[in-house]
Amino acid sequence: MGYPHKPHPKETVVLSKHFGEADARTYKGWVKRGGYEMLAQALTLEPARVIDVVKESGLRGRGGAGFPTGLKWSFMPKEKKKPHYLCVNADESEPGTFKDREIMRWTPHALLEGAAIAAHAIQAEVAYIYIRGEFTEPWAVMERAVAEATAAGVFGAIKLYLHRGAGAYICGEETALMNSIEGKRGNPRIKPPFPAAAGVFGMPTTINNVETLAAVPLILKKGAAWYKGLSLSSPKSTGTKLFSVCGHVQQPGNYEVTMGFPLKDLLYDLCGGIRPGRTLKACIPGGSSVPILNREETESCLLDYEGVVEKGSMLGSGGVIVFDDSTDMVYQIMRLARFYAHESCAQCTQCREGTAWTTKILERILAGQGKTADLDLLLDLADNMTGKTICVLSDSCAAPVVSGIKKFKQEFEDYIAGRRKPVMVA
Amino acid sequence: MPDELVNLTIDGVPVSVPKGTLVIEAAKQAGVLVPHYCYHPGLPVAGVCRMCLVDIEKAPKLQIACATQVAEGMVVRTQSPQAKSGRMGVLELLLINHPLDCPICDQAGECELQDFTFQEGRPATRYSPDYAKRFNPVEDFGPDVLYVPNRCILCTRCVRFMEDVAQEPVLNVSERGDRAYIGIHSDGRLDHPWAGNVVDLCPVGSLLSKDFLHKARAWELDKAASICTGCSQGCNITLDTRENVVVRVRPRPNLEVNRYFICDHGRMNYRWMNRGDRIEAPLVRRGNELHATDWDEVFALVASRLRGAGGTAVALVSPKASTEALYFARELFRGLEWRGAFQMVMGEDAPLAGVPNLALRAERAPNGRGAELLGYSRDYAAAVAAAETASVVLVLDEPDIAVRTAGALIYVGTVLPEGARDAQAVLPIANVAEEDGTFVNRDGRVQRYFQAKAAPGMARPAWWVLSELVATLSNGGGGHIGTAAEAFDRLATSVEAFRGLSYQELGFAGAPAAAVPA
Repeated sequence: MGYPHKPHPKETVVLSKHFGEADARTYKGWVKRGGYEMLAQALTLEPARVIDVVKESGLRGRGGAGFPTGLKWSFMPKEKKKPHYLCVNADESEPGTFKDREIMRWTPHALLEGAAIAAHAIQAEVAYIYIRGEFTEPWAVMERAVAEATAAGVFGAIKLYLHRGAGAYICGEETALMNSIEGKRGNPRIKPPFPAAAGVFGMPTTINNVETLAAVPLILKKGAAWYKGLSLSSPKSTGTKLFSVCGHVQQPGNYEVTMGFPLKDLLYDLCGGIRPGRTLKACIPGGSSVPILNREETESCLLDYEGVVEKGSMLGSGGVIVFDDSTDMVYQIMRLARFYAHESCAQCTQCREGTAWTTKILERILAGQGKTADLDLLLDLADNMTGKTICVLSDSCAAPVVSGIKKFKQEFEDYIAGRRKPVMVA
Repeated sequence: MPDELVNLTIDGVPVSVPKGTLVIEAAKQAGVLVPHYCYHPGLPVAGVCRMCLVDIEKAPKLQIACATQVAEGMVVRTQSPQAKSGRMGVLELLLINHPLDCPICDQAGECELQDFTFQEGRPATRYSPDYAKRFNPVEDFGPDVLYVPNRCILCTRCVRFMEDVAQEPVLNVSERGDRAYIGIHSDGRLDHPWAGNVVDLCPVGSLLSKDFLHKARAWELDKAASICTGCSQGCNITLDTRENVVVRVRPRPNLEVNRYFICDHGRMNYRWMNRGDRIEAPLVRRGNELHATDWDEVFALVASRLRGAGGTAVALVSPKASTEALYFARELFRGLEWRGAFQMVMGEDAPLAGVPNLALRAERAPNGRGAELLGYSRDYAAAVAAAETASVVLVLDEPDIAVRTAGALIYVGTVLPEGARDAQAVLPIANVAEEDGTFVNRDGRVQRYFQAKAAPGMARPAWWVLSELVATLSNGGGGHIGTAAEAFDRLATSVEAFRGLSYQELGFAGAPAAAVPA
């Protein structure tokens, strides 16, 4: 299967430069493209030096939280008293997000090289790459890549292992992922202790997203200043970012643009705009866990960490879900809530019970049996589910509900008042 | 070196606690009980129920008191509008799938979900009655444990107890989201010798004791602090009685002895306390028959036998007798050639892996150590042999006696075994649930137990009966003993191992015997 599109002129192809080139997947092909040079160089550098370069580049976590990567690495103990671990979060389970999948499918060695450099920087001897269970093709590609690169001896003393998830959304949460690696139920852990103090197997651990690590060799190669210079906007958001666009656009797919790129251009230029005869209604800019933007917000939003926050949402994982004017927002929000209710790990009361209750209320509104008080109840429930639990799954369920009711209240009221034909949801 | 102290304020009350203390524990010192479900001081912290949300100044959001350590200058507010609303939200969510079948639930009246809902929950639910509640059928988890999943609030105390304390991880959380329930290993049973603790740990009526099922409502129970008689560990327990009948045994926390737990052997070891075939009046031999009489006559009779006795006296005592009774049984023969012994029933050790020095001990009686400290021997067979030629044989509540003697047999006991029908006199006594007294556990810890129910008929504590005999023998010299406290204090002034201890100061937690020979 080839890669679906040639780069658009407005894209800045850095990470995705070799997407679609079958040869780039092989060790030889990757070396031909200059791969593993930076790893060889990094292994001769002091770990602190590598961390400094990454800090200087302004690289921030691409998994969702946007935490500065170099700073995260620097939290690891300088003086090594116990084994250190690197975990690579390749669980990519956030609905609407499919960028890491493409990195692993097309440029597995970029990830491996970045992971090995990171492992060196944090003085880890072992890196676990935790791959989403449903990713069958990326798994096969990664397996081969690890075998080839290991056979070539490029990793030195660092060992890289692949670990396959079993299909739980929550295992993308960093501490749940660690429990899962340990063979335990994938429940998020209470923090503190943070992973840098006690992570996988209770040892100092750093966990990074696939896209974050894939950028590291390029930063070393071309320099921190180059990476910083890619930004169009805020100096706090640097480099390029892959956006996975899905929903009602003409050409959905992964697009790599620099930080600060206008969301409007992403949708209307790169993705070919909304389907003919339709107009944009709403957009979820950073994976299903972030608040929904309405049309005005979407069209004026700049794609960087600060720009999306300014519009009341978050950059998150860069999973852009587009809704045109044919969309039933109440139904969409119910689908999201149902997803979170299904995936809640059941530890925290607010999440276990709150996600399911939220879903029931939304289903009932759709069925035409809602009451006006249900909207206040949903908002109150969402308040209860926000900022009170171990991880942010319940916050993620609440976010689209709150923003949805705030921005598309009329649609909820139409169902409640019987102005809209009820939808039976199974 | 003393622990470094941290100063903080909880609801305006300043407290100083050791560094590392959790806010929920520090709050107890300020007299504040932060509502909680998953937290238990005997288990690892889980932080999952989110019930103990409190407001901590300078923290960006509410924090859980069970997983937050104290810090210098911390200001904790449990009653701020945000904290109260956070907890009210948790309670509402815990109740949406809870059946509210309190009228038929054994936990009602001692249910933390009831208590905290009453204290700070919503007056009414907003959960539509049209929505179905989660339903799963009742499951048989083990010999004494039923699981009622509909009532479960998934606090995971039971899972953590089996995993970390019993270290036999047969329970887990199965499924996800609101479908979750407590699962049991497909090949597993909750038959660990300490498994019954999950019933006590369960904050709601989800894990139930089959033994206690529908026996009593919590508010019908009277409670007395006691000591388990099941073995030599000396676990602190509470005896629950309903209308003078012991219906349940539960652990009473004592960090030095049993922490928060008791074993199932001890938990089930109470039915004999309710035996109906008790001796209810003193009996004296007239010809071939035992006749009921009053205390004066029986005391006079026994005293006359003892006064006239030459040669050897033998005492065969139960290691379940109080230290005070054993002391006066010894005093009775002061001046005579004496041999005293007890018979220890042995079983198998069953340790609780996660707690150091806590086990169901092989020695299945509570006061073997006390008997030894008072000079009684473990060589029961030799004492039984010596009894044959003894002039007086005193048996103290040993139902397994098979004693033959040429001398006078005095039986002091709760029930009248066949072997005691030859006795010259039978003196009825109270059992452990019917008197106050002390036991000395295997580690030499002296612990008090308290009366839980009334003794039948004329039965009196053995220490009273034996001390009255001592007084009768000395024509009232030394005075009468009216309470267990006086009995113990007499013992403590005259027996080296107990010197310096006072009954009053033993309190509910006990104290080590002053000089315990290794």
